[in-house]
Amino acid sequence: MNFPTDLKYTTKDEWIRVEGNTATIGISDFAQDALSDIVFVEYAVSEGDDVGKGDTLGTIESVKAASDVYFPVGGKIVAVNEDLLDAPELVNTDPYGEAWMIKIELGDPAEVESMLDAAAYEADTKGRE
Amino acid sequence: MFHPHTDTDREKMLAAIGAKSLEELFEIVPEDIRFPDLDLPKTHSEMEAYNALYGLHTKNVPGIRMPNFLGAGAYRHYVPAAVDAILRRGEFFTAYTPYQPEISQGTLQAIFEYQSHVINLTGMDASNASHYDGATAAAEAVNMAYGISRKKKKKAIISPALHPHYRETIDTYFKPADFDIGGEDLDPWSNPDTLIDSIDEDTACVVVQYPDFFGRVFDYTALGKAAHEAGSLLVMVVNPMALGMLKAPSEFDADIVCGEGQPFGIGLSYGGPYLGMLATKKKHVRSLAGRIVGETEDLVERKRGYVLTLSAREQHIRRERASSNICSNQGLMALAATIYLTMVGKEGLREVAELCYQNAHYAASQIAGLDNFELVTDQTFFNEFVVKCPKPAEEINKALLEKGIIGGYEIGKDFDGMENHLMFAVTELNPKEDIDALVSALKEVA
Repeated sequence: MNFPTDLKYTTKDEWIRVEGNTATIGISDFAQDALSDIVFVEYAVSEGDDVGKGDTLGTIESVKAASDVYFPVGGKIVAVNEDLLDAPELVNTDPYGEAWMIKIELGDPAEVESMLDAAAYEADTKGRE
Repeated sequence: MFHPHTDTDREKMLAAIGAKSLEELFEIVPEDIRFPDLDLPKTHSEMEAYNALYGLHTKNVPGIRMPNFLGAGAYRHYVPAAVDAILRRGEFFTAYTPYQPEISQGTLQAIFEYQSHVINLTGMDASNASHYDGATAAAEAVNMAYGISRKKKKKAIISPALHPHYRETIDTYFKPADFDIGGEDLDPWSNPDTLIDSIDEDTACVVVQYPDFFGRVFDYTALGKAAHEAGSLLVMVVNPMALGMLKAPSEFDADIVCGEGQPFGIGLSYGGPYLGMLATKKKHVRSLAGRIVGETEDLVERKRGYVLTLSAREQHIRRERASSNICSNQGLMALAATIYLTMVGKEGLREVAELCYQNAHYAASQIAGLDNFELVTDQTFFNEFVVKCPKPAEEINKALLEKGIIGGYEIGKDFDGMENHLMFAVTELNPKEDIDALVSALKEVA
């Protein structure tokens, strides 16, 4: 299981990568492993939308379950990775790379601070296994 | 007498929630309606109840005994005896897909075959396992279009020539939502291409009926194209019987097709249970409301099997986040349609549809030839047409009934200024003699 240390996480298994004022959001290696084969990705939002922390980002469906993904931070959406709609399996093969889901211009950078670092997130997932 | 709970059960339940008595439990209900005095007849023995109901029953006129020209969404067609014989088999005789569905392979296979029929008729890629009726299926179709727009497009344009009950159902669905149902103010007699002017970027879908409420058949190619150019969807509400001879909705590039499946082997039965059909293109299959049955094979023996597919998105798993909260299908009615379609086959269905068409056109030409009656329908039509009568439609119908004929639908009930208009539906069960009887009766009553 991979927990890159340059990312921040939530207990609902979203990760973000902050570069300047922009954050990239996806779901973690632990999450894709738990879901098993991902067959469908659907977004509830589009580029240009203003969203708040906790809003629904979309749904990831595997052969086992359909799980909602939430915004770990709020802001304005600047990019949506529509490639995942045609290639949902990327979430399994490259959750931190090609399977990024959304890029957002941070509304409140302080929201990032309240997220978990890699060690804390890894400990959280251990508690759930 | 049947008691759902014993006194001891009640005492235990009251104790558990801390109420002293039933009276105390219901104190919150205003006193004058708490224990209303119901004016009910005395209890009846089975024999008394049977006699009372039989007395009511004899007041009915079985549809088959009287020439009947009433349609407007529910149609009298011939139901082959085999439909009921198979339907009533104990193995099938339940309306539900079981909650452990895969154990009921026969039920799932029947649903899969039903879905296959719907796909063949509509030209869509995927059908659900059915809905309550055509009106709810239409409302679910609009809801799907709204969901497909990621809930960004806040408006549906509904053709004014859509069945008024369907519009009401759609209105009811969306009343609490921040979603606009448009098209009501448009002229129901206009060409559907006039809807194009109402389409804009905020339009989730355009809903048209095929044939429309008045029986007219239009080409929706231009409308579909305009809808797609604005990023909205074309929803078609169909009379599936008409699809036996008309172009499939896929040829107009429809995105969602819904309709009332009652014409396929389901009796009029006072208005229900009927059968909602709902189908869509492959790219929208995950937004399709309700259940879908898929065919697969087991990995060990490579045997064919049926499963509920895509059910991870369904209500019993996703609860309030499901694409629809209608989960159960009309399994038994879907089975009736499946048996019917399997029995008549592709050619048979075409023959039934053509008989309806030809009988209707004969009736229309005969009525148009009467003095004082005017054929208002001036478009291609399938098996229904509108006539302007010299008297209020209600009077005409009353007079027809006295002559043993069930007349047409009184359009003035739904549309202002059409009190003298009757819409006649003609099917394969209206032979020439019936039509001639109607025509001569109309001549007399006018």
